[in-house]
Amino acid sequence: MEWASWSDFWAMGGYGLYVWGSYSVTTACILIEVILLKRAASDTRRRLRRMQQWEEL
Amino acid sequence: MHRFLLAVLRRDLTLAARRRGDWLIAQFFFVMVASLFPLGVGPEPEMLSRIGPGVLWVAATLASLLSLSRLFADDHRDGSLEHMILSPEPTVLLVLGKSLAHWLIYGIPLLLIAPVLGLQFNLPAQAILTLEVSLLLGTPILSLLGGVGAALTLGLRGGGVLLTLLILPLYIPALIFGAGAVDGAMAGTGSEAHLSLLGSFLVLSLMIAPWIAAAALRVSLE
Amino acid sequence: MNLYAYASPATFYHLAGRLIPWFAWGAGLLTVWGLYVGFFVAPTDFQQSEAYRIIFIHVPAAWMSMFIYLVMAFWGAIGLAFNTRLSFMMARALAPTGAMFTFVALWTGAWWGKPMWGAWWVWDARLTSELILLFLYVGIIALWAAIDDIKRGDRAGSLLTLIGAINVPIIYFSVKWWNTLHQGATIKPSGTSMDAIMLQGMLVMAFAAWFYTIAVALVRVRRIILERERHTEWVKALLAKEI
Repeated sequence: MEWASWSDFWAMGGYGLYVWGSYSVTTACILIEVILLKRAASDTRRRLRRMQQWEEL
Repeated sequence: MHRFLLAVLRRDLTLAARRRGDWLIAQFFFVMVASLFPLGVGPEPEMLSRIGPGVLWVAATLASLLSLSRLFADDHRDGSLEHMILSPEPTVLLVLGKSLAHWLIYGIPLLLIAPVLGLQFNLPAQAILTLEVSLLLGTPILSLLGGVGAALTLGLRGGGVLLTLLILPLYIPALIFGAGAVDGAMAGTGSEAHLSLLGSFLVLSLMIAPWIAAAALRVSLE
Repeated sequence: MNLYAYASPATFYHLAGRLIPWFAWGAGLLTVWGLYVGFFVAPTDFQQSEAYRIIFIHVPAAWMSMFIYLVMAFWGAIGLAFNTRLSFMMARALAPTGAMFTFVALWTGAWWGKPMWGAWWVWDARLTSELILLFLYVGIIALWAAIDDIKRGDRAGSLLTLIGAINVPIIYFSVKWWNTLHQGATIKPSGTSMDAIMLQGMLVMAFAAWFYTIAVALVRVRRIILERERHTEWVKALLAKEI
């Protein structure tokens, strides 16, 4: 274990800004992709179902 | 086979000769873009000769893109492109002929204008000579690779901007070797290595680009 | 086993549905493991102190960005050669994730470069090639977005991916060469032999990125399959069943 305390961990030996700046944006990118993907998947299903019902009428 | 190539070439040159205004626009664009830089960065001769090769090469790539969006578009609009593709002659030759015509119409005048702009950028005579050789080797690459982009974006809305987005990254090796050759000539480190790499890139583009452009043209017209 | 059966969109749709949870959970577990190794097991680098810990996302992201492009080119070539619909769908499903990883590699490269090189951006061969790779991804996605016709879009995008794939090595070496000629940006991240445990963390993170990519691409390809097969009986039955 490299870290004496949590504040030590967040400080990253003085490079906290750079390390967490990298990791936070990466996490944000992945979260955005997953959320967009989920939304698009449900949108597609809803739209296709509506089109199908419309065709049946 | 050769006859078909020559026929395509002659047809495009004749059409270009009738519409002289069209291809002059690209040349004026080249001059204007290059002239904007001294106004933007200042008129110090040392600085201008430092950035000159790069600026002229970037301006040349942009000018080629400006004229490329029309490479197939006019023939597509009047339906003659379909006829030429349905003819028994190979589509590769059609693409090659059109790219060659584009180079003659746009590349050769560029070669004539470039030395004047080189003087504006305070380039020494040796550097201007190298610039001419690098443009002679490099502008056919721009026409060949641009043919792929023009075929892919044929008939699309916003095709011109899209073409720029697709093709500019592919131009980068030509830009690096071309501008690098002139830089080398000015720095006294020699330009042979750059020019031979530019030449090999030209050969490679000549071998690959027409086939991909022909395939793209068939895809776009299906 | 009949492999061709899996090339049919209907079969693949169900297969992908069964595979997605495995890859998604795998990606999650590998990430936890990789980050644990990266932050709590791997020692402090004696040259770069703690800043090197960016490597655990930077390098996997850069690897994935290039690997995904090659896989897209592979699927595009298969699709063009054998006219298989599913290959084009795979190529389309991969592109956004590839662009995302390229962006992450650039972003983390900048945030690593600032403390190490003293500049957010240097025109180093790898960073520059990565930037051009992002341009290629954006171009391909823009071309797909501009073409409404599915068949034309598939083929045009694949042709562009292929000519880009031929160009990527040329671009890389030309940029590298250009870079050695223009001195001043030749600083490299400390290329000293990497600690085995650091390498382990990096490889685990690379596998995590790989699993994530597969999971996300499968979700996307399922959506594309539904869109394109919406007039078939099986999709109609599927949608009716789920209400």
